Amino acid sequence: MTMCFETVAALRSKLTAGEISSVELTSDALARIADLNPELNAVIASSEEQAIEAAMRADEARRDGNNNPLLGIPMLHKDIFCTQNLPTTCASKMLADFMAPYDATVVRRLDQAGMVMLGKCNMDEFAMGSSNETSYFGACKNPWNTSRVPGGSSGGSASAVAAGLAPLATGTDTGGSIRQPAALCGITGLKPTYGRVSRYGMVAFASSMDQAGPMARTAEDCALVLEAMAGGDPLDSTCSEKPVPNYAQHLSDAVTGMRVGIPKEFFSSDLNPEVATAIETALKELEGMGVKLVDVSLPSTSLGVSTYYIIAPAEASANLSRYDGVRYGYRCENPTDLQDLYLRSRSQGFGDEVKRRILIGAFTLSAASYDQYFMKAQQVRRMIAQEYDDVLSKVDVIAGPSAPNSAFLLNDTSKSITDMYMEDVFTIGANLAGLPAMSVPAGLANDLPVGMQLIGRRFGEVDILKLAHQFQQRTTWHNLTPPLKERS
Amino acid sequence: MRWEKVMGLEVHLQLATQSKIFSSSSTTFGADPNNHTNPLDMALPGTLPVLNHEAVTKAIIFGLGVGAKLGKISRFDRKNYFYPDLPKGYQISQFFEPIVKEGVFDVPMPDGSIFPVRILRAHLEEDAGKSVHDAIPNQTGIDLNRAGTPLLEVVTEPDFRTADQVVAYLKALHALVTYLGISDGNMAEGSMRCDVNLSLRLEGEQEFGTRTELKNINSFRFIERAIYVEAERQQDLLESGRDVTQETRLFDPDADETRSMRSKEVANDYRYFPDPDLLPVVVDDETIERIRAELPELPAVKRARFTDQLGLSQYDASLLTQDRATAEFFESVAARCDNPKSAANWVLGDVSANLNKSGVALTESPLGAEALADLIIRIDDGTLSSKMAKTVFDALWEGASDVDAIIEQKGLKQVSDTGALQTIVSDLIANNPAQVEQYRAADDSKQKKLIGFFVGQAMKASKGQANPQLLNQLLKDKLS
Repeated sequence: MTMCFETVAALRSKLTAGEISSVELTSDALARIADLNPELNAVIASSEEQAIEAAMRADEARRDGNNNPLLGIPMLHKDIFCTQNLPTTCASKMLADFMAPYDATVVRRLDQAGMVMLGKCNMDEFAMGSSNETSYFGACKNPWNTSRVPGGSSGGSASAVAAGLAPLATGTDTGGSIRQPAALCGITGLKPTYGRVSRYGMVAFASSMDQAGPMARTAEDCALVLEAMAGGDPLDSTCSEKPVPNYAQHLSDAVTGMRVGIPKEFFSSDLNPEVATAIETALKELEGMGVKLVDVSLPSTSLGVSTYYIIAPAEASANLSRYDGVRYGYRCENPTDLQDLYLRSRSQGFGDEVKRRILIGAFTLSAASYDQYFMKAQQVRRMIAQEYDDVLSKVDVIAGPSAPNSAFLLNDTSKSITDMYMEDVFTIGANLAGLPAMSVPAGLANDLPVGMQLIGRRFGEVDILKLAHQFQQRTTWHNLTPPLKERS
Repeated sequence: MRWEKVMGLEVHLQLATQSKIFSSSSTTFGADPNNHTNPLDMALPGTLPVLNHEAVTKAIIFGLGVGAKLGKISRFDRKNYFYPDLPKGYQISQFFEPIVKEGVFDVPMPDGSIFPVRILRAHLEEDAGKSVHDAIPNQTGIDLNRAGTPLLEVVTEPDFRTADQVVAYLKALHALVTYLGISDGNMAEGSMRCDVNLSLRLEGEQEFGTRTELKNINSFRFIERAIYVEAERQQDLLESGRDVTQETRLFDPDADETRSMRSKEVANDYRYFPDPDLLPVVVDDETIERIRAELPELPAVKRARFTDQLGLSQYDASLLTQDRATAEFFESVAARCDNPKSAANWVLGDVSANLNKSGVALTESPLGAEALADLIIRIDDGTLSSKMAKTVFDALWEGASDVDAIIEQKGLKQVSDTGALQTIVSDLIANNPAQVEQYRAADDSKQKKLIGFFVGQAMKASKGQANPQLLNQLLKDKLS
């Protein structure tokens, strides 16, 4: 098995040159999933038959002259995206048997680009979590060390790409759910500007922050895939009509003279010292590329987590009201009346973290606490967004760590709920402000991957992608593969 | 001690759009259950609302129609509550920033006076579905055809003191929205639903009492009764020293009582917050002016024109302007016959009576405005007596349209030829000397009675076709 750690770009060349077929590639990937997934639990639904059929169609299309850059390349979707052909569970008992009658816009676009869907990835239930441990289908493991978490909520996607199950997976990021697992698994993940990618068909968690993006080995791959995912959608009114740039074409644009802001608040006591060391080294590398590092300040960084954990649960509490046992999804057995149907269906169908956030959300929105909590949080959100905008008017990109720690242990009972929420401390700002941000492999701390975060201006994906790409031209962190033993 | 009713109204108007407010499903009434639904209407995961701008336009038209302030930026919010016919578990509504703000709506009262009602706001929202209790034995079905239908909720200040005012307001509102073409106003199909907030206070008091909300009274007929019954109930409570509970009540016309639906105290904190799936609705001046330029003449303006320019009474003008079809029909008739008063009498009299009797709408009736105008012209030129006119009208109602042809065919021509009538009158006087003698000897008031004999005889002689006014004149001349 030699192709499992190839990039999308490399596979594309091989496919174009006729060195391999999509069917071969897909079969290899399916075999690797069969081999490694029992240990990783990264993939929670797949259909070999459908994948092979899609690969055959792609090979045929190529013979007919179709040369789409993504044609025939296998990939995985986070199980938050609705797919007609596979269940969409959001890793919840509530939707364990749910089949969507339609494809999410992201799924449709990548399908139209000729990508081959291998299956769906594990995740934290309804994308609520930073460790993938809240999944109804069990925790997913980090391929770098299977006693550790892959991060979350897009933990399955990150684990799968890191383990070479697929060159690409989609993820979603509401408070860091692409960047933190990408960092913990040593892959490259991009959360686009809010409104860059359609949310249609993506099961909603916190609608004002949810954003889909690619998780891959390199910035170049993220660029290729983002271009196919992004763009206006009449089915999502918050999705921007702004033209989608040819991201890949700009990857080698000059970066010399670019100004990169380093917020001092990102190097606080929250940051693990070994992670800090790795990030500082990576920042020096940026400097070596001719980039000018500038000290900046985002004074409200420490307020981000509390702000986020008011707004996101509030929106979630409404978004998850539709799971009521009436029309689809889990319904309790023998409900005695309407109240009982609601109570038991929702109590039994949701996991603890989901219920916790619904309760927090219902509380902060209640008439008695709305002004104190929800309104206040909206004000702080605007203030944080303003701080980012101010800094980004002086620098082109903000850089720092993606997560305060490297991958932590599974079932770590010493980690409180709020410790877990602090995992998002550096990533949340970009969600509150709606900015594009990515995580790039930038070193190791205790033999575990560390991710550097790059945050750009609104719709400034080109800036962070070219910086990440040229960083990857000079470093090899993204080429490291986890010490996984193949069983067969 | 006299009790005074204080009432404010919330009217839900279904806006006449082709598709739902946030989805492309049809809004047509009466389809098989759940046939007008798509994944959004069923609240499947991942679906997102997309605003139907036709609903926004219709709300702006309404705002202009009542002269209200328009929200340059309005927003949609989520109103959270669980109910099986509310698929998302929240209703998308406009709580914080409605599209239509304060306005004053002049309501014509039956006595011709104007009752100004202060509109507090009107906001866009989506309708819920329906629970169906009789389709599946021992189970409740959910029909989501109606879910997502655009509604405009029009909220007034508590300006109403009598049921008459309430009814007059609803009629005027109905007239307005049908004029504007923004709603079909069909109460039976739920296109116009009314909630009445009612409290009592002693006359002269400034403070409001505790109110109850009477929900969904779906016909003009029931409103007065519902108000009466609920006011009686509250009065009994207050006079026996008990309190009115703030709650929602339902009027049951069969039992002739109101019943508690749910207590607002225990129930609902709706946890309103801005819906992050929808962008703010921005209405610029240009859009407002473009819509204003296309507005039809409003009922109040029409009413004023009918009284000032056409010389109609306030009462007739109010009745004629209650719906656009009637007003336009009347105007066509009046313009062609050049006799607005007579046109009004016919439209409000025989036309209206026949429509009521047959149960058809004016627009579907066989009577054309031109034919009715021709009929009035023939009355005015003396061709037809009023009795004959009824015969012609009946023929028109049966589907005929050429007035002169009917007159010809039925031999209805009134004899207005002075020569022919003079012969009849002369013969009559010559043949009835005794009666002539009696008439001439009588005083004025007696003569008025006695002349009836001559009129009757002359009519008989003319086979009923003599022009009565002319006949009268001739007889008086000859007898004196």
